[in-house]
Amino acid sequence: MTLTVAAAASLHEVVVELDSLYRIEHPDVAVRATFGASGALRQQIEQGAPVDVFISAADRHVDALQRAGLVDARSRRVFAGNALVLVVPSTAGANVRGFRDLGSPAVRRVAIGAAASVPAGEYAEQVLRSLGIADEVAAKAVYAQNVRQVLAYVERGEVDAGIVYRTDAQASRRVRIAAEAPPATHAPITYPLVLVARRPHPDETRAYAAFLLGPRGREVLARRGFTVP
Amino acid sequence: MIDWSPVLLSLRVGLSALAVIFVLGTLAARAMTRRHFPGKDVVDGLLVLPLVLPPVVTGFLLLVLLGRNGPVGRFLEDVFGVRLLFTLHAAVLAAVVVAFPLMYQSAKAAFQSVDTRLEDAARTLGAGEARVFLTVTLPLAWPGLVAGTVLSFARSLGEFGATVMVAGNIPGETTTVPLAIFFLADAGYLRAAGIYALVISALSMVMVVALNVWTRRRRPGWMRR
Repeated sequence: MTLTVAAAASLHEVVVELDSLYRIEHPDVAVRATFGASGALRQQIEQGAPVDVFISAADRHVDALQRAGLVDARSRRVFAGNALVLVVPSTAGANVRGFRDLGSPAVRRVAIGAAASVPAGEYAEQVLRSLGIADEVAAKAVYAQNVRQVLAYVERGEVDAGIVYRTDAQASRRVRIAAEAPPATHAPITYPLVLVARRPHPDETRAYAAFLLGPRGREVLARRGFTVP
Repeated sequence: MIDWSPVLLSLRVGLSALAVIFVLGTLAARAMTRRHFPGKDVVDGLLVLPLVLPPVVTGFLLLVLLGRNGPVGRFLEDVFGVRLLFTLHAAVLAAVVVAFPLMYQSAKAAFQSVDTRLEDAARTLGAGEARVFLTVTLPLAWPGLVAGTVLSFARSLGEFGATVMVAGNIPGETTTVPLAIFFLADAGYLRAAGIYALVISALSMVMVVALNVWTRRRRPGWMRR
């Protein structure tokens, strides 16, 4: 039997690791994982993609599915939390030391997630707006399809800076954190987990979700730099 | 209100790519139909390769070459201070590479169908090679060249796989119609994506129908055979 989990791109390593642990405990259940921008995954679920568990990087996308009656509202839990950071290529000089430096002419290109579907891009826009530099940065923005693409652009040095989650930055040796966004400048970053409604294996899905939300899940999340509820 | 910038960008990419493709494709096809040299089949294969390769593979190769850490990308940055990636030039280059084989193939077929005796006749009458090419070969091969032009333009207009790898998604700068469709659909804006899909379908349809009408009206000798 196969379950499918659709998770925000920033959870890639966490979910892969937890799935391999789950397989040891439950050899009869195969878990298939798919990753992408939360908005794109929500779109796929809306179009009827066979997904059992959805972990989004923003509440908005789960709210929408809930309003459409596509997910089981009672199953909704907070899986993890994160922070937003500004990263530069690890080889870069020290001219980007904070979000406000993004306005300087030395910064030519900034990678940001496309806010419509990428929560990290949405949080980034909130930060830039709170700091009053949204328009200046929009003029030099390259919009990525998910937060890991932002990270890849910065790693390869194709852009001068990018805005990603703290955990993405920590997992990469090719980027350096230039600054962390003050929590007051954006909505709290939490990852809601929810079960998709009317799926063929509700009991196994609940058991799998309970495992993700349980002590093993919290342990893996904490080790990889996420905050745990 | 529909944002026309993706359409204008696609047209700019298509026309710029076409200018390059028309010249390169015609010259390459001419050289490959008249010259014989060792390894010709391999060269021909390389020229046609982007047609059979998945566009995303072509894009990946361009990314590796043109990126800041790639050989060409580093050269351009060090010598000219130019960054190609995430610019419209990168989109044009992707379109040129992907659509070139269509022009090249059509032009090659057209040149092959030109009766060499007519060219020889012109030579015996004292015409130089350039004059033979411009006044005999080119007019005879014209229908094939036009077909190649239309096909490669349509292909450039719709290029996605390679473009998304090298040009990125910068609204108003590199977001062409296919990219806009992909990103809009990805974000759930199916209506807006649908409008662009209609626009590009209509454009492509008009071009292909116009080409059909044009070739039928002409009834050139090489197609009747």
